[in-house]
Amino acid sequence: MSMTLEHVNCIYSADTNHSVHALKDICLTINDGEFIGLIGHTGCGKSTLVQHLNGLIRPTDGLITYNGQDIYGKGFNRKELRGHVGLVFQYPEHQLFENDVFSDVCFGPINLGLDRKEVELRAYEALHAVGFPDEDFESSPFEISGGQKRRVAIAGVLAMKPDILILDEPTAGLDPKGREDILELISRLHRENSMTIILVSHSMDDVAGYAERLIVMDHGSIAYDDKPQEVFKNVRELEAMGLALPEVTYIMRTLKRNGYDVDDTLTTIDEAVDAIVSLYKSRHS
Amino acid sequence: MIREITIGQYYDEESVIHRLDPRVKLVATLIYIISIFVVNNIPGYAFVVVFLGICIALSHVPFKFIVKGLKPVMIILFITIAFNMLLTPGEILWKFWILKISREGLKAGATMALRLTLLITGSSLMTLTTTPNNLTDGMERLLRPLTRIRVPVHEIAMMMSIALRFIPILLEETDIIMKAQMARGADFESGNIFRRAKALVPLLVPLFVSAFRRANDLAMAMEARCYRGGEGRTKMKPLKYNGRDYAAYAIVWLFLAGCIVLRIVL
Repeated sequence: MSMTLEHVNCIYSADTNHSVHALKDICLTINDGEFIGLIGHTGCGKSTLVQHLNGLIRPTDGLITYNGQDIYGKGFNRKELRGHVGLVFQYPEHQLFENDVFSDVCFGPINLGLDRKEVELRAYEALHAVGFPDEDFESSPFEISGGQKRRVAIAGVLAMKPDILILDEPTAGLDPKGREDILELISRLHRENSMTIILVSHSMDDVAGYAERLIVMDHGSIAYDDKPQEVFKNVRELEAMGLALPEVTYIMRTLKRNGYDVDDTLTTIDEAVDAIVSLYKSRHS
Repeated sequence: MIREITIGQYYDEESVIHRLDPRVKLVATLIYIISIFVVNNIPGYAFVVVFLGICIALSHVPFKFIVKGLKPVMIILFITIAFNMLLTPGEILWKFWILKISREGLKAGATMALRLTLLITGSSLMTLTTTPNNLTDGMERLLRPLTRIRVPVHEIAMMMSIALRFIPILLEETDIIMKAQMARGADFESGNIFRRAKALVPLLVPLFVSAFRRANDLAMAMEARCYRGGEGRTKMKPLKYNGRDYAAYAIVWLFLAGCIVLRIVL
């Protein structure tokens, strides 16, 4: 169940004077069960890239395969592909339309051509998976809070039972609590259902704690594709791309610079707390 | 796919046509439209086509881009041709069952198609070379005499500029919503007409919701800056005629005169 991109190029408005080379020669393999963080400054091509993965944008040039099959090959069903590769867009307002939350989540599975019972079962499971309260199933998707809308939007895609789940900036515009909840939810989907996750973001803090692999994009090309710790070693380059390290990493680096013996590549708060506490204990015991 | 619609879009370029005063372009477009209906013979049409061709060349807008804008109106064009061809009585050239094509019909269809194409190309050249803001400024200035008879010219111009401003935004939004629903397996392209109409609901509901939200936000922002209509309002960049604007006026009037002459003489 892997996906590969070979020399994919994408050019918008090709034959005008404002053409944009959004993707430049992208080569990428997405393996089963990975948790990938896709990161980059606004306008670097992250959204364009993920829309290539489920066949929403046709590459100007290059080959995209799913399980070894060319997704633009003869007889390939792209509608079915979109059931396997689920993409949640940035703003839930762009997809919510039904009278109530439950029917809205049913939209995806209905489009897959499943029977009524299976559709409702999947919608129910998906809403449960995202932690949406039962008693609000009947409420209008336009009247719930921003965080809840996002949950419903994710459930709407989850109900199609995708193998690969792509989330485009799922935490944008949420408060810290809502952000944490959504990230925790995504990480749980990854752990419990061993779902392949691609988390798109421009914030290192979002992806640092969860992603096992980090892809950094800059001006339409892939700048880095490695483990987060390895990527974070390139501080200067990342900052030149308009990206920052996770805040904790900056603290650890400052500590190290001031003569404390700590690991300055730590990326999550928990790791940092452990490191600082153990340092403190070793000094004061 | 929806982004391919180029009608009413502005094409950013440096050219003589772009730099002309919007009032000149509005008046010139009006004269041009009149002239299309003045000419009635082949040399006349050739004259109009050449004039339009020169304008397009001067505007530096790629010809391909203009042709692309014609695509969405192709259907209307074909329907017009078909109706004209089949329903105009006259000398019959071809007959099948109840369908008849007459010589007169063929001529009327061809004329109509040519006129429509010229009309659309000409007026889209104006919008391609004028920013929406400039366009409404020009319109407001040209219609100002009407304020004497209590026509709310400024308000109309304001509404127009807001509407024009929102076209690209809503088009882009439509594109995103379409993709978001396609990601959930929606199908906008197959099925019969009823299924297709029904498939539009998941597209139209979010689009309307967002349009209303944007309208609300805009109204709030205008109110927050104490907007209160046109009375006593001055412009940051007042419109001013230059030498080339007078020259352009002279050229279009001469063009109209040429069309009239061609009609009378031939």
